[in-house]
Amino acid sequence: MNPLLLFVFVLAIFLGLELITKVPSQLHTPLMSGSNAISGITIVGAIVAAGEGGLLATVLGTIAVTAATVNVIGGYLVTERMLGMFKRGKDA
Amino acid sequence: MEAWQTFAYIAASILFITGLKMLGRAETAKRGNRISAVGMLIAVVATLLAGGLDYTWIVLGLVLGGAVGALAARRVQMTGMPEMVALLNGSGGLASMLVGWAEYVRTDDLMAFSAVAIVLTVLIGGLAASGSVIAFGKLSGRLDGKPLLFSGQKVVNAGLLVIAVLAAALVVAHASGALAGGGALAFAVVLLVALALGVLAVLPIGGADMPIVVSLLNSYSGVAAAAAGFVIDNVVLIVAGSLVGASGLILTTIMCKAMNRSLANVLFGGFGATITAGTAQMEGEVKPLSPEDAYFILEAADSVVFVPGYGMAVAQAQHVVQELAQQLTKNGAEVRHAIHPVAGRMPGHMNVLLAEANVPYEQLVEPDDVNPTMETVDVAIVIGANDVVNPAAKEDPSSPLFGMPIIEVDRARTCFVLKRSMNPGFSGVDNALFLKDNTRMIFGDAKATITAMVAAFKEG
Repeated sequence: MNPLLLFVFVLAIFLGLELITKVPSQLHTPLMSGSNAISGITIVGAIVAAGEGGLLATVLGTIAVTAATVNVIGGYLVTERMLGMFKRGKDA
Repeated sequence: MEAWQTFAYIAASILFITGLKMLGRAETAKRGNRISAVGMLIAVVATLLAGGLDYTWIVLGLVLGGAVGALAARRVQMTGMPEMVALLNGSGGLASMLVGWAEYVRTDDLMAFSAVAIVLTVLIGGLAASGSVIAFGKLSGRLDGKPLLFSGQKVVNAGLLVIAVLAAALVVAHASGALAGGGALAFAVVLLVALALGVLAVLPIGGADMPIVVSLLNSYSGVAAAAAGFVIDNVVLIVAGSLVGASGLILTTIMCKAMNRSLANVLFGGFGATITAGTAQMEGEVKPLSPEDAYFILEAADSVVFVPGYGMAVAQAQHVVQELAQQLTKNGAEVRHAIHPVAGRMPGHMNVLLAEANVPYEQLVEPDDVNPTMETVDVAIVIGANDVVNPAAKEDPSSPLFGMPIIEVDRARTCFVLKRSMNPGFSGVDNALFLKDNTRMIFGDAKATITAMVAAFKEG
């Protein structure tokens, strides 16, 4: 385990707090579901566990891959669908 | 990790950062979401191509999860979006928890630092997972939405937290060789306590506070993914997870501000169960109005503001609201929809519902925009909202709502309140708005009421 990872973690938190300032309220839900899809990145760890573990790790990993994929696919698609509904007066 | 894989993860991180930034602005949001999805695809492909993996179970998980996710995303109604978001939070938290568990199982000689990371991943992921299940239950009405409080609840929670810390310390001590044996029992305790804490943390929180809980759980699911990044030594998890953790935290703060409450008060207060009603006496009488009479007032109005709340979602009234708005526009009135940040059960809930009904987003305004012009508004129509329009928030220092920013419909020339009955709002606080001189109560199902108004316009 590399202590530099802690450094990355702290910087990324600060970056995240700076990145999303003054979000209009109509984007609150898409921002939540879209960022939630990103938290499905844990799928990377799940894939490794399901692909190279022993029996129990494979079982846990497979469930993790399934749950993370629900998170990723569901999150991106539902965000896409919601954003598609936001229309300006002239297109409505 | 090979060099090309590192580069792929860096590319994915850049795409996540860019995508998330673009997701925060209306013009670029759609592109931002796609850019972040490309980042995810790159990260997944890079992981799959790393070599040494048996694909059998991975593919099964990908296909199964992909099908469930795609189906849910396609089928979910916009009114059901809070539940959907809760489920997504939960599945992310669950996945991180399981990743931590799997690493614990398959690593023989854990370093102390990795053991700490594993324990944190399991704790935060487990809490996000079980908390989301309870939130889902409350949002979908399977569980009572009221705050569930029992005496000694705080003691139980504190006790569980102590047990979690002790068990976690034991896991680390075993892993680092300071204690003999595997520490599997201590690990199981951590796992169970994490799940129990999630349940107990969300149970006491009431339905009106759900926007805060949902955004907080969103934040947790991100932090859990970041913690999992420490477990498997992978930077992309740490970057992506932290970004989500931060964005969830920002949303949580926005929601708390909109209710003029601290996060601690939301988490531990059990609002609505503990307060005693405000002491100020309510004066005046209820003046009911029929939808037909309401039509005559609307017909003469030049400026109309709709104020939707959770009641509009429950009545599925967003489509008829848009129909009425179109009739009013045709009649020459200026129509706006004033949306309070915490109206509904998740951040942005009302915006999504109205967008589904094809309301153009120029018509959606925030309280700060509409309040200064309220004197020029002929009719404000409150649909299933209550606390966010309660004048006690401005006038009555003894009210639990005092200080919360509201939409000041009491200053409009006329105010229609569409409501099923005279019951107070979720917070249990009486609303003096209902008795004001310029307020007219229109009782009944909001959808039926508005449909009747639309019909009157069509005949008129």
